[in-house]
Amino acid sequence: MRARSHPPRPARYSGFGLLRRGLTGSSWPPAWRRHEIRHRYDVVIIGGGVHGLATAYYLAAHYGVTNVAVLERGYLGGGGSGRNTAIIRSNYLTPDGVQFYDRSVRLYESLSADLNFNVMFSQRGHLTLAHSDSALRTMRWRAEVNKLQGVDSSVIGPAEIAALVPHLDVSDHPRFPILGGLWHPPGGIIRHDAVVWGYARAADAAGVHLHQGTEVTGIDVSDGRVRGVRTNRGHTAAPVVVSCTAGWATNVCDMAGVPLPITTFPLQAAVTEPVRPFLDTVVVSGTLHVYVSQSDRGELVFGASVDPYPSYSTRGSLEFTEGVAAHVLELMPALAPVRILRQWAGLCDMTPDFSPIMGRTPVEGFYVDVGWGTYGFKAGPAAGEAMAALLANGTTPDLIAPFYLDRFTDGRLVGERGAAAVGH
Amino acid sequence: MMLLSCPHCGPRDAAEFAYVGERTRRPDPNTATARQWRSYLYLRRNPAGWADELWFHRTGCRRYLAVRRHTVTGEFDTVHDVREASTGGDD
Repeated sequence: MRARSHPPRPARYSGFGLLRRGLTGSSWPPAWRRHEIRHRYDVVIIGGGVHGLATAYYLAAHYGVTNVAVLERGYLGGGGSGRNTAIIRSNYLTPDGVQFYDRSVRLYESLSADLNFNVMFSQRGHLTLAHSDSALRTMRWRAEVNKLQGVDSSVIGPAEIAALVPHLDVSDHPRFPILGGLWHPPGGIIRHDAVVWGYARAADAAGVHLHQGTEVTGIDVSDGRVRGVRTNRGHTAAPVVVSCTAGWATNVCDMAGVPLPITTFPLQAAVTEPVRPFLDTVVVSGTLHVYVSQSDRGELVFGASVDPYPSYSTRGSLEFTEGVAAHVLELMPALAPVRILRQWAGLCDMTPDFSPIMGRTPVEGFYVDVGWGTYGFKAGPAAGEAMAALLANGTTPDLIAPFYLDRFTDGRLVGERGAAAVGH
Repeated sequence: MMLLSCPHCGPRDAAEFAYVGERTRRPDPNTATARQWRSYLYLRRNPAGWADELWFHRTGCRRYLAVRRHTVTGEFDTVHDVREASTGGDD
């Protein structure tokens, strides 16, 4: 791989720059450029979401690998990166999961400064509600695992919950009364588009080629090695190809002949009309399959669990809207007059153990960063950083070693269902 | 709402049914290696297109059904009772 000691910095955004452009009326340069596809890249990354762009950025910024292309069929951040509910947290159940997601939270904390791009990370606290004894027991387990890994997380009771979230019904009247909750202060929400744009701008400035509207139509493999990719804009040779796709991971890996333990389910979300700020935490209920946060614009963002059967369709359904409205009203009856503005769906690649797949495949030079189910966005920076280290150094970082592809056939699953199934 | 035509109960709301999984061939547990068995347990075709699936009519006849469904458009093609589908030969 071609090494480069000092990748160029992007043009800095600053208060002074804003003032100067405001006074002179000069326009801002584009955040990233268009390029022709080269005949050869050192690394081709399939998928222009937060995972692909973060991998490209860290390859360039940490390892000086800049002859890199990111291929995106649609537009940057148009898949899972732009369809999630923007929740960041690290209060998982297994030590492997907690360490990994905690690294991501720490990277997110300094991301605005690192990328010189305001990602609006609001660490407002993440509250998961327990409506049953068994849920409370799992939360105690999670809280202890979290504390051992140095993650701020504790079980709190209904009185503390009522103080944190004033409109929540903590009485014993609901069908599923609130018995307690897992309180995770470092959790919060972020502006997901800004994360994508920030990584894209910084990767472009470092010399990475970002190709939008570029669909991979085939992956060339011979003698067990990847040789390059074919696209709707022509062929390019590459000794290293990484799939950072969500929703279409199976189809892309099929091109390289790599079977995956993945089933693709849509997950729907919705936002309401904007209301005055009243909710400054993220509230999650696994039993009711719903999570609620209030955006900076005042909209309430609702998410749910995945649809009941697999699909590659991103159409919304009335069943979802009815279900999420009923569940939100059970938590916060005062929201009854609020109207839902819009709903959408994203595709989630679910694995059997609710953990991702990162690392090598049986095809030499072909790597995957897939299977991100409903937890991919919050993992973007840590996954990108670790995948870049793997590609540059050729050794798998300890942080992602447990998530290797063959764990399914080896029988070494990383069971995160208890902490990942709904509470994103 | 999606309509699924149950061979026993007629056209019904798909919400009455439970999706069970892809129809796969189970290897012989007596001769399968651990790797073959786990591949059967975990690896999936997950096609973007026509898929052969197993569904269960939860709030109807409570029969398992062999369903051919398009995972992009949501269309159902053929729906058979799994017993008839099995004698049909392909798994």
